[in-house]
Amino acid sequence: MSILAQSSQQETFELNIGPQHPATHGVLRLKVTMDGEYVDKAEPVLGYIHRMHEKMGENRTWAQFWPNLGRLDYLSAIAYNHGYAGLVERAMDIEVPERAEYIRVITVELNRIQSHLLWFGAFILDLGGFTPLMYAFDEREQILDLLESVTGSRLTYCYFRFGGVYNDIDDDFVEGTRAFIKRFRPQLPMYDDLVTGNVILMNRLVDIGHISADMCQRYGATGPVLRGSGVDYDVRKNEPYSVYPEFDFDVPVYHECDSMARYKVRMDEMEQSLRIIEQALDKLPDGPVMPEKVPKMIKPLKGDYHFGVEAARGLFSMRTVSDATNKSYRMRLRSPTYSNLSLFEEASRGMLLADALAFMGSLDLVIPEMDR
Amino acid sequence: MDELIRVLCYLVGISAFLGLNLAYLGWVERKGAGHIQRRNGPKEVGPYGLLQPLADGLKLMSKQLVVPDAADKPLYMAAPILAMVPAVLLFVTIPFGENLVAREFDFGLLMIFAFASVAGLSILMGGWGSGNKYSLIAGTRAVSQSVAYEIPMLITAITIVMISGSMNLNEIVRQQGDYFWQWNIFALDKSILMPISFLVFFVCSMAETNRAPFDLGEAESELVAGYITEYGGMGFGLFMMAEYANMVIGCSLTTVLFLGGWQCPFGILDGPHWFLIKMYFLVWTFVWIRWTFPRTTLWGLLNLSWKYLIPFSLVNLLLTALFIKVF
Repeated sequence: MSILAQSSQQETFELNIGPQHPATHGVLRLKVTMDGEYVDKAEPVLGYIHRMHEKMGENRTWAQFWPNLGRLDYLSAIAYNHGYAGLVERAMDIEVPERAEYIRVITVELNRIQSHLLWFGAFILDLGGFTPLMYAFDEREQILDLLESVTGSRLTYCYFRFGGVYNDIDDDFVEGTRAFIKRFRPQLPMYDDLVTGNVILMNRLVDIGHISADMCQRYGATGPVLRGSGVDYDVRKNEPYSVYPEFDFDVPVYHECDSMARYKVRMDEMEQSLRIIEQALDKLPDGPVMPEKVPKMIKPLKGDYHFGVEAARGLFSMRTVSDATNKSYRMRLRSPTYSNLSLFEEASRGMLLADALAFMGSLDLVIPEMDR
Repeated sequence: MDELIRVLCYLVGISAFLGLNLAYLGWVERKGAGHIQRRNGPKEVGPYGLLQPLADGLKLMSKQLVVPDAADKPLYMAAPILAMVPAVLLFVTIPFGENLVAREFDFGLLMIFAFASVAGLSILMGGWGSGNKYSLIAGTRAVSQSVAYEIPMLITAITIVMISGSMNLNEIVRQQGDYFWQWNIFALDKSILMPISFLVFFVCSMAETNRAPFDLGEAESELVAGYITEYGGMGFGLFMMAEYANMVIGCSLTTVLFLGGWQCPFGILDGPHWFLIKMYFLVWTFVWIRWTFPRTTLWGLLNLSWKYLIPFSLVNLLLTALFIKVF
């Protein structure tokens, strides 16, 4: 708590930020008790875009739930596809052809870069720098074009199927992706030069928004937020799924626990994703992208199933209870930014308003995914 | 009779100059931002989007003026006008050329500082009068900002006054010689810190005009649009125009005090065109900086002023006094 707050407990006022506010990037509402320019208590209010995705999972057949996955986290939708595909494949014991697994990894990683690029632009925009957004969107546009050519959509992907993927990739996609990697790789150091080293940016990010590893554990924060707090946890490494163990990549971890650490984690992750894509393209095996026989009716045996993937914002895991019918008995989605946001109230106490909102930007929130 | 013609000329001339500037600086900014951001900027209305300012102006003027229920009506209505008035008034003393000045005051510099501080008041009035918490925060921010930055700006201006021994802007320009090494920015014989002093003045004028990276009064990621949140139509338009007008004045003043006003750097063909070239170069620097840097925080801003700019300008003042006395 600030010195001011201690001296004048009574003189606080409530500031309502959102649900329509340029800083919240969606319909998040913050009820902030302000003490001058200091934040006394910032209470996030959710639910403005609640669409009952979990319930929908329970009254639709397994296959009918596919489109919903693209509408949770609209920025890393393919990772969510992966989560659902993995869940049902585990429940039904479906073997996925190797080529399909490679294609999944390539598209998920492209999607991750795209998501981080958008975050990068929007985050600097939160800090008042307009230009990086345009540069980031330029690169992002190329990824979207690539993904559109194989998945058919640009944002709300519904590309995976039980047992594989909907569409095989062609030479154009492979060449295009290689060309993109070649073009994008030199851009990352350029972003570093233009943005990361900037004195104003350093002042806004370094030592601001401290989240300890302990706080992350208490609130269940994952993803870049956790790795920016010095905890080396990445689902792709710690609980490997798909063909991730076959690739050589690092998990960037920073121990500073501040906004800058989270920023750097994401910037480094883009480079690591490029490495994964490169290796996957080199090793890409031939073969089918769907198994020979996938049961027409998906009716998993009675039981409790769980599958987790590393989405762009952290651990996305799905848990389902099946009663051996064509619908799930209980569908539970665990989305990363819901947990990441929940620590906001504690961590933002006593911050300046400008810093608190910059800190919120560093959490990389996607509201539809929080509310589900 | 002469006096009357003079006033008339001034009014017509300044209105034309200001009107053109306010309209087209907006265009320059958008076009410049476009090029910095690898896109086109306005290009639909007229060739190169040159008619865009007219379209914008028409749109703003045709909008209804809505006064929010919670607003303090007189303050709310007066604030945009009060922002604009000093901006227009200040052009009286700016010497565009040897003889191209509306009124040669002996206290021109003093008058500029006196009226420039009214701009801060208008922001506070707008912020308070809007009856909106965001606007109020923005208003208080803007005031602490303009107080903090007027001090180093004034001290630097005093340094110049000590060097030239006059507050008359024409006189200050005349004191600086025909060649660029005789300008105040390079007047190393008066004080070796003069080039940095120029930077201090430039940064201060940027902060005084509420331009990014010091645009805390309208920090849109925190305060929606700051003190202009509740303004629409021409109320908003006047605030925007006042910002550009203040930009032009800040750059004009920097040109006069440091860059030798209408003098050519090489001593040939002095005249208003040199003044305009220097001034617009500085204006372009403002635009350039705005689209390159992120925003500072209020604390960072006040720290910069109180911990660096003010001590530095004081040191420079002492040094200049010493140099003048000794040499």
